Amino acid sequence: MAGIAPRIEKRRNVSVGARAGRVLLITVTIAFLALLLLAPLGAVLAQAFEKGLEAYFASFADPDTRSAIRLTLLTAAIVVPANTVFGICAAWAIAKFEFRGKSLLITLIDLPFAVSPVIAGLVLVMLFGAHGWFGSWLQERDVSIIFAVPGIVLATIFVTFPYVARELIPLMQQQGSDEEEAAIMLGAGAWVTFLRITLPKIRWGLLYGVILCNARAMGEFGAVSVVSGHIRGMTNTMPLQVEILYNEYNFVAAFAVASVLALLAIVTLVIKTFVEWQADRRAG
Amino acid sequence: MASTWFRNPSILPGFGLTLGFTTFFLSVIVLLPLAALVFKTASLTWSEFFSILVDPRAVASYRLSFGAALLAATINAFFGFIVAWSLVRYDFPGRRLVDALIDLPFALPTAVSGIALAAVFSPSGWLGQKLAMAGVQVAYTWLGVVVALILIGLPFVVRSVQPALVEVQRDLEEAAETLGAGPFHVFRRIILPAVFPALLTGFTLALARGIGEYGSVVFISGNLPLKTEITPLLIVIKLEQFDYNGAAALGFIMLVMSFVMLFAINLVQAWGRRRHVAAGR
Repeated sequence: MAGIAPRIEKRRNVSVGARAGRVLLITVTIAFLALLLLAPLGAVLAQAFEKGLEAYFASFADPDTRSAIRLTLLTAAIVVPANTVFGICAAWAIAKFEFRGKSLLITLIDLPFAVSPVIAGLVLVMLFGAHGWFGSWLQERDVSIIFAVPGIVLATIFVTFPYVARELIPLMQQQGSDEEEAAIMLGAGAWVTFLRITLPKIRWGLLYGVILCNARAMGEFGAVSVVSGHIRGMTNTMPLQVEILYNEYNFVAAFAVASVLALLAIVTLVIKTFVEWQADRRAG
Repeated sequence: MASTWFRNPSILPGFGLTLGFTTFFLSVIVLLPLAALVFKTASLTWSEFFSILVDPRAVASYRLSFGAALLAATINAFFGFIVAWSLVRYDFPGRRLVDALIDLPFALPTAVSGIALAAVFSPSGWLGQKLAMAGVQVAYTWLGVVVALILIGLPFVVRSVQPALVEVQRDLEEAAETLGAGPFHVFRRIILPAVFPALLTGFTLALARGIGEYGSVVFISGNLPLKTEITPLLIVIKLEQFDYNGAAALGFIMLVMSFVMLFAINLVQAWGRRRHVAAGR
């Protein structure tokens, strides 16, 4: 008996301690995230609406801001489909076939994630800039890539390169190819097999990769900043317009444009949460 | 037709087309530009290259970029672990919302996080004001760089640690508790060894991201040469001054650093997998 009583006592102590620890850790978690994530989000909204709704909406009447929004939409409209097609091709080749050098290929696809965005811009300047490899060739033909829209598009493709591929590769590897093989043996064509068998299986993962790719494409700053040349109304994307307005102490307009980008981020998170919920539900 | 030396036979179509397009796109978008940087750097003489690298302004920037990233990743390893623990082990109101919010730094454009942090921590911002009264200035000092890198790196640690914590065997912990082990003992001997590889992976990912980060840092760091200037910013400044050699040399060093970090991440992950297998799980 003497041996049991202290043990029960001790268990009680542990559970009181565990409860205190639980409250402490949850408090630290919420305080840390509120400080680090919610305070900046709140600051964006507070600054954007500081001078009222009218000033907020007036920020979007500026023709340079409008052209920045158009350029961001145009860039995303080129970059996202390009990287989606690439991602599907890469995932098909890597997940459905066994070949030499596969792990090297996967590492190379991930490379843009490991490289600083500034380097992504820098390498394009080294390739297409006035002193770059193709600089004089391009100049003779009067084609500009650096300090022009093509450079912005290329830099954005570079930084968002792995998003779709790295969502699809593990998903398709895990799903296997039995159903596709059956379809082919029953006489289905390649295209029909992909559209009817593979696409329905990967659609949530594909959507996930596409929205992440889109969020990064619309929000990229470092790489685009290096190649854009910051020509107002011409080569400024939304994040670059935020920088210019901020550096001119036009805080209401800077944070108003930033609030649109923040909204985009929140919509992205909502879709992502929904996609994960769908995937969980199907997994059981 | 591809031989069996190169690939195993399969009845599925599209190998040549998809692999061909993948390698073509990869080469044009990623490899060719990276090669251009390497060749540009190779065109410098050794003495030119070294004088750029050991320039005091460059050295100060490496120290800040690497030091701040290291400190931020360490702080993230600590708090990121607590966050992951709370999300995995406890159920509390708003847990799902908090879980979704963790990815905010991934989704939020870096320029937006940059100006938002500057607004919060500037001497006139609501947190900056309180810190100023305590005699601490975050914005426009090296501390600002650390704060920005904590924000950027947090999801890497949390998302690495979460799945590992789910897998820790609760029965082992309960057995240890029944045998009289205190909570710290259980943590140090059972939980920490099980999640350490994941924690180290998250730490390394956050460190790698922090070293190269640009957008969220430049608005809060103040950008004073020798004091609060990160290496990516120095590259941008050299490009704006048309100093292509200087930009290429520093860019090359950062590229080498990225490869080292990539290698370290792969090493840590392989080590984690081996331990996972060795532990029979």
